Amino acid sequence: MARKLNLRIWRGDSTNGGLQDVVVEANDGEVVLDVIHRVQATQMGDLAVRWNCKAGKCGSCSMEINGKPRLACMTQVSAYGDDETITVTPLRAFPVIKDLVTDVSFNYRKAMEIPAYSHPENLKPGEARMEQIDVERSQEFRKCIECFLCQDTCHVIRDHEDNKKSFAGPRFFIRIAELDMHPLDTLKNRKKTAQEEHGLGMCNITKCCTEVCPEHIRITDNAIIPMKERVVDEKYDPIRWLGSKIRKREGIV
Amino acid sequence: MSGVFSPARAKIKERTLRTDKYWLQPAITFGVLFSFVIYATFRAFEGANYYKDHLISPFYSPCLSKACVPEATIFGWTPVSAEIFNFALSPALIILIFPLGFRMTCYYYRKAYYRAFWMSPPACAVAEPHTKYTGETRAPLILQNGHRWFFYAGLVFNIILTYDAIISFKSIEGEWGHMSVGSLVLVLSTTMLWLYSLSCHTCRHTLGGRLKHFSKHPVRYKLWSWVSVLNHSHPRFAWYSLAAVAFADIYVRQVASGAWTNFYFF
Repeated sequence: MARKLNLRIWRGDSTNGGLQDVVVEANDGEVVLDVIHRVQATQMGDLAVRWNCKAGKCGSCSMEINGKPRLACMTQVSAYGDDETITVTPLRAFPVIKDLVTDVSFNYRKAMEIPAYSHPENLKPGEARMEQIDVERSQEFRKCIECFLCQDTCHVIRDHEDNKKSFAGPRFFIRIAELDMHPLDTLKNRKKTAQEEHGLGMCNITKCCTEVCPEHIRITDNAIIPMKERVVDEKYDPIRWLGSKIRKREGIV
Repeated sequence: MSGVFSPARAKIKERTLRTDKYWLQPAITFGVLFSFVIYATFRAFEGANYYKDHLISPFYSPCLSKACVPEATIFGWTPVSAEIFNFALSPALIILIFPLGFRMTCYYYRKAYYRAFWMSPPACAVAEPHTKYTGETRAPLILQNGHRWFFYAGLVFNIILTYDAIISFKSIEGEWGHMSVGSLVLVLSTTMLWLYSLSCHTCRHTLGGRLKHFSKHPVRYKLWSWVSVLNHSHPRFAWYSLAAVAFADIYVRQVASGAWTNFYFF
């Protein structure tokens, strides 16, 4: 059954903009992205919105709905009351381009700063063997769809623009953790660079990244905190540091 | 203008557009933690009513001061002076740093008090009031990296508190095989403390999280798997253990002061 929905959509660009009220029809089972498309088709032909799969797998339709970072294609209209106004804005941690579309290139620059997987030199193509229990931790992080909702909600960059230089953000901490836990990766200094170059120490574990992740990756518990503990092994634990020097190896393998 | 009000970002004047009660959880956290701190401070300085008939308050165990009631000490071992610079030193103050440090540096409590007390941030997608932020990269917050040392100390405390809980199964006359309400209170408090410690992220890391190849360490992998299950409930155990320890102290205090009678089941 269709109902009339009160929607407030942020419209504008990097120089100016504001919230505009609109009333639009919403049908049972529809998601916020559906009604945004209806507004685009019937009332605001030039409304800019980024989207692609409508299935929660491409990470394109990230926006803020009633102030919460969410995927518009995975947010049911029925989750809101009949007399409730739904406010839709672009991601507030990134520069806005137009209407609901933001410039997320910050994330691609950070991605390039993370050293890639380093394969053992003595293993030729086809020779690599890994046990399932050795790779299952990293596999959780491979679920990431790069919607950047975790980056958007992280207060380290959301509330402090100047931190963007030195802070990679939760999406890239799971990338670093994925590689550091990878059974075959040979790069030795991921922990050190995570702390000193990618700003792991700036994270204060407030878990907002985990709360907003549409793939339910336990970013803080399974990636950030384990990486912080690995950094402690190397930098702040003299007993382990001494043990690694005596045994001439990088921690326990 | 910084943060969400930075020039290139969408021009929205509100600090947040959230419509839910996002302030409720940090407000409750603030209220509970602040109340606990006030009570614990009062009890730490009180220096009395911490022992009665084989029941010892977890706030005062291990009792290491020469001012301790002899029955509350560990085999009479009291290496610490009863006063410092002519001021009487409560036995609780000597050991307070260890449980306090364990909770202060705990990954869960960090989230709780950074949100509730420091508003950094008050809630997700709610702009924080601070203009500068350096996180845990410099003093004093870089000391959060010492969590594992407090974890190790916490394990020693848990062993001592387990001993205290076992001792509580004595009668007033000192005979084994009796159980009182106080015994149950101390067992509950100690159990919660063990669950809180064993579900800790540092415990998870120490037992197996730091490994690169689980397949080469099957026993440690199994331990890591078990602790990972407990780790899901770490926030819950943090609160339950806090409440259980506070209640154990209140119970022992009331019994020791004569306000309550410790009922023996057998």
